[in-house]
Amino acid sequence: MDTHPEIELKLVSDPMYLCGARELVGCIARRIGFNDIECSKIALAVDEALSNIIRHGYNKDFDKPIWVGISPIKPSEDSIGGIVITIDDEAKQVDPRKMKGRCLEDIKPGGLGVHIIQEVMDEVCYEKREGKGMRLMMTKRALRPAESPRLTDPMPKCTVTYQKTKERS
Amino acid sequence: MPNSSSTFIRIDRPEQGIVVISPSTDIDMSRSPELRSTIRQEMGSEVHKMVVDLEEVHYMDSSGLATLVEAMRNASNAKTQLVICCMNEKVAAIFEIARLDSFFSIVPNRDEAISFS
Repeated sequence: MDTHPEIELKLVSDPMYLCGARELVGCIARRIGFNDIECSKIALAVDEALSNIIRHGYNKDFDKPIWVGISPIKPSEDSIGGIVITIDDEAKQVDPRKMKGRCLEDIKPGGLGVHIIQEVMDEVCYEKREGKGMRLMMTKRALRPAESPRLTDPMPKCTVTYQKTKERS
Repeated sequence: MPNSSSTFIRIDRPEQGIVVISPSTDIDMSRSPELRSTIRQEMGSEVHKMVVDLEEVHYMDSSGLATLVEAMRNASNAKTQLVICCMNEKVAAIFEIARLDSFFSIVPNRDEAISFS
């Protein structure tokens, strides 16, 4: 997405700021109309994405830049709208096709972040930015309240796409 | 008696051989190393049951989950029972997303966790 997000947060790659990023995203998601559980899951997806950048992209270097962009999706007939979240970094580039969740049959600590992001969000797109860094764009749409899923409902499959994007100016 | 050097983790020993670990804040990448360290310290040979009380944890990410998976493995190796209690709906969601809700012994409250066998 090349259009500028309506809200943008710049933070350094320090885990102590994860709470601020997820609070911001959760608050906006609630304002858009997502229920409490959905807001919590969207905030979780952002937290996981940021943690992955800090842990793997920046190798726990805690003073590197990360940008979180947030844009609402306008309501339509069958939806109260949604949210588009972009996360940009200047970390080492990886092949977007390799950004896959691991098999959950193998119960072991770690490696769950990408799986969680793909389970929670409707669309997930990893891109190499021109020059350096990666971009993750995630979209979540909200159903009308009567159709909102309950926690126990099975989750729909996420669509994952890959493309190349321009370097942040 | 509470006994922990951590600023956000309370430790209780309600009975001989039982230790209850109660974090009092969100568990994310900034907090899970301390939780991991506390669990490892407390999992000694004299402990036959460890309860992780999540009543005051309103948010947990996959680093917290990984900490608990590792704790479960260590507990199994040490013949210690690990029981999780007082999990709220939002924290339960990540266990469900990771499909680990059936991997752990999860009960609604601390009393049930202490008497769980």
